Amino acid sequence: MKNPLDSLWGTVISGLVLTVVLYYLARAMMGA
Amino acid sequence: MSMEFIQYGIGRWVHIMAGVMWIGLLYYFNFVQVDAMKKAAADNPPTGAGISKHVAPRALFFFRWAAVVTVLMGLMMLGDKVDDALFFKDNAYKPIGIGAWLGLIMFFNVWVLIWPNQKKILGLTPATDEEKNKARRVAFLASRTNTMLSMPMLFFMVASGGVFRRAIFGG
Repeated sequence: MKNPLDSLWGTVISGLVLTVVLYYLARAMMGA
Repeated sequence: MSMEFIQYGIGRWVHIMAGVMWIGLLYYFNFVQVDAMKKAAADNPPTGAGISKHVAPRALFFFRWAAVVTVLMGLMMLGDKVDDALFFKDNAYKPIGIGAWLGLIMFFNVWVLIWPNQKKILGLTPATDEEKNKARRVAFLASRTNTMLSMPMLFFMVASGGVFRRAIFGG
């Protein structure tokens, strides 16, 4: 499997996905 | 001038200026220089020498020291709440805590992975061709990792204050 960080757009999409995951994690940590 | 003015007023202003320089140069490397250098290396004869000699070392200088100023100002603003943020003790400090951890991981990548390997690539420290190739890959992946991490980091930085935190996380 190719490393998504080898491509610029793979990096940007990975950043967006990570943002969404961390957002829901933060909400869960805050009991929201 | 009160200590509060220095901590929050000057601190936030300098934190954002230095952060713009740090992340701006990170985006310059990832969105502009990496591809430009690939194309310059494919020219006949190669045309990237001026970038390696004059642009990259200067960009890296401001990049790594802007990272230091950004982190120091961020820690100064957190002040005695730094443990509430970094150890997620208080709900109000959890979003900034996540942003701060992402920023600290990025700072580690700059000083431990990117800069020592860039010194080998640019010939500032002696390295064999094999070591240079390995350094190129490590520095590239660390830089791309920071570009990826910058997106949630900036989200949590801007989502952490007062009305913004309430709008985004509720409560």
